[in-house]
Amino acid sequence: MSNSKFRYIGQHRRTKEDPRFVTGRGRYVADIVVPGMKHVALVASPHASARIKAIHADRALAMDGVHYVLTGAELVAATEALMVGVDTPLVKRYPLAHEVVRYAGEWVAAVVADTRALAEDAAERVEVEYETLPCLLDPEAALNPDAHLVHPAHGSNVLYRRKFVWGAVEEDFAAAAQTLSFRCRWARSATVPIETFGVTARWDPAQQLLDVWASIQMPKYPDQIARTLRLPGNAVRVHFDVDVGGSYGVKRGIKHTVLVGYLARKLGMPIRFIEDRLENMRGGDMHGPDRIFDMQVAFENDGTIRALKIRALDDVGAYAGRSPLQLGKPVGAIVGPYQIHSVEYEPISVLTNKTAQEAVRGFGQAPTNFAIESAIDRVARHLNMDRVALRRHNLIRKDQFPYLIPSGTTYDSGDYHTVLDKAMAAADYPALVAARDAARAAGKLAGIGIATCLEPSGGNSSFEPLFNPKNLTTTWMDSCLVRVDLSGAITGVMNTSTSGQGHETLVSTVVGEILERDPADIRVVHADSLNALPSNSPVGSRMAIMLGSAAAGAAKIIKANLMAIAAHNLKCPLDDLVYRDGHVSVKAEPSRVMDWDALIEIAHRRIHQMPPGLEPGLQAKFVFEVPTGGGLPTADGRVQMYPCYSFEAHVVLVEIDPATGQPTLTRYAIGHDCGTMISPQIVHGMTWGGIAHGIGAALYEKFAFSENGQLASQTFMDYLMPSAMEVPSVDIVDHCTPSPLTVFGQKGSGEAGYLGAPAAIACAINDALAPSGHALDELPMTPMAIWSTLQSAGSMK
Amino acid sequence: MSAEKLHVVTLMVNGQPRSAAVPARTSLVDFLRDTLGLTGTHVGCEHGICGACSVMLDGEPVRSCLMYAVQADACAITTVEGLSQPDGTPGVLQDAFCETHGMQCGYCTPGMLISAHALLQTNLNPTEADIRDAIGGNLCRCTGYVQIVAAVKLAAEKLRATGGAK
Amino acid sequence: MKSAAFEYQRVTSVAQACALLAEHGADAKLIAGGQSLVPMMAMRLARPAVLIDIGRIADLQGITVCDEGVRIGATTRQAHVQADALVQRELPLLIQAMRWVGHVQTRNRGTLGGSIVHADPSAEIPLVAAVLEATLELQDANGSSELSAAEFFYAPMVTAIAPDQCLVAVRFPVWRDAHVGSAFDEISIRHGDFALASACAQVALDAAGVVTRCVVGVGGAAPIPQALPEVAAQLVGQSANATNLDALAAAAAAALDPEGDLHASAEYRRHLAQVLLGRVLRAACEKAKA
Ligand code: FES
Ligand code: FES
Repeated sequence: MSNSKFRYIGQHRRTKEDPRFVTGRGRYVADIVVPGMKHVALVASPHASARIKAIHADRALAMDGVHYVLTGAELVAATEALMVGVDTPLVKRYPLAHEVVRYAGEWVAAVVADTRALAEDAAERVEVEYETLPCLLDPEAALNPDAHLVHPAHGSNVLYRRKFVWGAVEEDFAAAAQTLSFRCRWARSATVPIETFGVTARWDPAQQLLDVWASIQMPKYPDQIARTLRLPGNAVRVHFDVDVGGSYGVKRGIKHTVLVGYLARKLGMPIRFIEDRLENMRGGDMHGPDRIFDMQVAFENDGTIRALKIRALDDVGAYAGRSPLQLGKPVGAIVGPYQIHSVEYEPISVLTNKTAQEAVRGFGQAPTNFAIESAIDRVARHLNMDRVALRRHNLIRKDQFPYLIPSGTTYDSGDYHTVLDKAMAAADYPALVAARDAARAAGKLAGIGIATCLEPSGGNSSFEPLFNPKNLTTTWMDSCLVRVDLSGAITGVMNTSTSGQGHETLVSTVVGEILERDPADIRVVHADSLNALPSNSPVGSRMAIMLGSAAAGAAKIIKANLMAIAAHNLKCPLDDLVYRDGHVSVKAEPSRVMDWDALIEIAHRRIHQMPPGLEPGLQAKFVFEVPTGGGLPTADGRVQMYPCYSFEAHVVLVEIDPATGQPTLTRYAIGHDCGTMISPQIVHGMTWGGIAHGIGAALYEKFAFSENGQLASQTFMDYLMPSAMEVPSVDIVDHCTPSPLTVFGQKGSGEAGYLGAPAAIACAINDALAPSGHALDELPMTPMAIWSTLQSAGSMK
Repeated sequence: MSAEKLHVVTLMVNGQPRSAAVPARTSLVDFLRDTLGLTGTHVGCEHGICGACSVMLDGEPVRSCLMYAVQADACAITTVEGLSQPDGTPGVLQDAFCETHGMQCGYCTPGMLISAHALLQTNLNPTEADIRDAIGGNLCRCTGYVQIVAAVKLAAEKLRATGGAK
Repeated sequence: MKSAAFEYQRVTSVAQACALLAEHGADAKLIAGGQSLVPMMAMRLARPAVLIDIGRIADLQGITVCDEGVRIGATTRQAHVQADALVQRELPLLIQAMRWVGHVQTRNRGTLGGSIVHADPSAEIPLVAAVLEATLELQDANGSSELSAAEFFYAPMVTAIAPDQCLVAVRFPVWRDAHVGSAFDEISIRHGDFALASACAQVALDAAGVVTRCVVGVGGAAPIPQALPEVAAQLVGQSANATNLDALAAAAAAALDPEGDLHASAEYRRHLAQVLLGRVLRAACEKAKA
């Protein structure tokens, strides 16, 4: 789909990043060698809940090549507790356990040695005496008054609980013709990048400066490291030019970095810690939402959905960082793409003796979408109505935008009906129905899943003040610096690291578009944190909007400056000039032209030819504030969450072997609207990847715990991520409803696919199970889970 | 440093003779990355599932985390660096990955390239099923595989046209 | 995830390997392909003091014709087995099993014998060896011995091989009957994963379609790769029609006592075993008829 409005935006163009990756020249954290660096391995708790009685490190310290064994006691005395997203000051968290371990795999001591292998040898020789404590694993039981307290000082296992009522919920429920209720469960899974988290830190005592190289995607990371290590912010320099081997939310690494930063400073040695896969899975604190939804829906006999009541109980594990806030973001899309009049929402975040939760792609929206779509399907089934017709009946219409939802957010734009139509056409829906029915007639189970879901984008942080009244954050800006050097070459400077989203391509495309210069010749670099302009990192599907707009803003200033120089030298009013390809000419007299090189020469060398007031050199910064941002929540918890709303419609056919319960995705199409696509290849790639990730969450992936709290799926042998053999090829159909809030009409797409795929697949499996009269409401829908459901339905052969 | 016994490992890597002394427990991937400084090959799991560490060993793709460097003594290894043109620019397969954007973060990419390279050495006319089978032991969390499959198809096409030269 | 330190010895003959095994006993481990051993060592679930590399002993590699059929050297790579013309012609069941074994990268390193001595109850190659009643040639410092695969597997990852013995080769019988069919099937969650359950069968029919010979077994549904000779015996003399087969599969599965785990309960595994047994018996009979 070429968009003729633009020269580079929306065109098929190669990315800037790929050539270094295909030649093995990416520079990931594990590739960075700091001379003299030492290596860390961790001693992990074998118990899910225990008191640490003693730690004996002598045998480890006696080994050749072993430099230090750090324990929680020392670290707790020397550092601040890590930040928590909600107001729970007594839920203290440090990189190493102190006095008590609260989950199996929690880090108890850190060993520093010459090599990683030696550090592991020494870690085995650290003896820890434990006295086991009661262990709490059930999030429902966590609410019981007599439950074991994961953090006794906090006085309860509840981190956050509030009942929001937006609109006349009770009245709507009373007035509606029908209601139904059900429970569904989203399992604990995560994005599990193929690169684990890693960090190397070096303390320079002469400069009093901590250099950090890390595999990071975390807002305000340098500030948090400095604060926790009791250093001034300008004593931490994070190098953002490190390639990050995938993140999709989870590469937060604060605890790792505090640990390594502390050791580097304490020992005067550069320290590297690269999680191995066991440390990553058990103690890397990157598990995603683990959520039980109790859903109630009020609706009319014609299928009109009136109101929702949602209780979402989220098990965040043993500690809280930003994880409770993952219940907050969905407030901004709590009715999905539907016209629903009123909503009651009760998010409850509880502690248990499990690995701590971290931000995962979508920040809580994918589970919520799964619950909402499950509700829509249930209503359709209950009314014996076609699921597509029911959706069409309830979807917000194109003419209703901007559309204010009950929880206070206004959706910017959309054309949901058209996108759904396109997806149905791409999937050849009548043929799909025929294929399903033929499979059923042949004795198979087959079902079609439909999901219509939103991707809130432009990551703002309004959930922070919403969930923590002491937090008055109302800005979540991002920035870009654009520079044209004396040779005329353009460099864009971004202020965070990248984990596969192609930001260098984004910045160069946008800057090239504005300046009409070939993006292939524009270089984009990542400033370190001491050189960086403000950024809140690539979270919340925000960079096309935020970094894209900042880059455009900076490029526009450059362009304006070039025009001003030309106007001054051509002695012509600005309005009489035209800018083309970097050259400026007089509209009426095209032969009077100042070319790019001449303008650059003046900007860099000839102040005597510069218009008064214009600074020499040619560079511009632009700090972009989130559109619609700036507001605090109302007393009843209404707030504008994110600015831009992308939409996706999934259509999927699943066939299930009735004898084994094994599902196969035989057809998959998605209609996708994220406004103007800056780089279609990148958007499509993220969408395909998001769907694959959603397939994992729907069918394969789960962090399962044993009865005594051991993580049962701690290796890639048991945590099952789909390969090319499981992920089908997927047809994407694009649609473009530009956002009125952004420079080019772009919206976000970093979570595309993932936000609807689990819902669509779950709906397909339930469509397949429907003839048996049973439903499966828990992810992942494994062969055994499907088979067991069929067993209870008594329909097995 | 401790007194662990060192073994001299001598092998050909990307056509160059390389030699170094390492402890027996050094995995081949650690040897390539840490000892020889060839960091193109990546580590994802160290237990043989993700395929990020794939290299060619005597002409066949293997997982370099699943063997010790001493076991590879006197073998010929090709890593992702060895798939490039002599001047370091992308070879045909690598270029095809750029054309279709067959990656995002690039972390699985070296392993994917090795598996695809191995396939194309014996089959210049692979079906989609052949390609998926060949990369079935390489996990990618970014792409959903679609653009990777497209890249391998494209590379096969180009290689057919040029008679298989890299 | 780095292995504990070990002493490495590369040997060039079986005799050398056996001498080292005799010297170090249970402290030593043989390695050839290492596709099962190395991950266990990386996680320090296995920590041999001495690692004896038999990967380059020429005598242990290769595929040849022998009296009862085909002899495969213990360290022959799985990929070579899969690509071998003799095996393709004579041991269709082994070939059918190979497509379920790991991935191309692991088959390039992994060895036939390594999989058998590792004795994962859900692995494919041990199941074929057990079902076809292969003969295992063993050697230690005192000489050679042989074991039938039927006597070899004791428990998950436990076999009759002594700590000082080396598996040298595996002899697979080849059936010369006129109408032979075989089938291997399995259910794994993802392609290339270990089986939740697997089954395989080989049958010979006479011209009238009556079963004259049968072997059958299940993987993943018992503590060992489980040959089911009683089931096979019941089929001999019967005509190969579907009802017989389903009844047999049901009875055989009911007698199994699988272990449940994270991915499949005991009940589910037993059920899968029944489904797969029915499928492979039917498929093998169909192929024999064809
Ligand atoms: S690192 Fe070797 S397979 Fe994952
Ligand atoms: S490109 Fe990131 S894991 Fe494949």
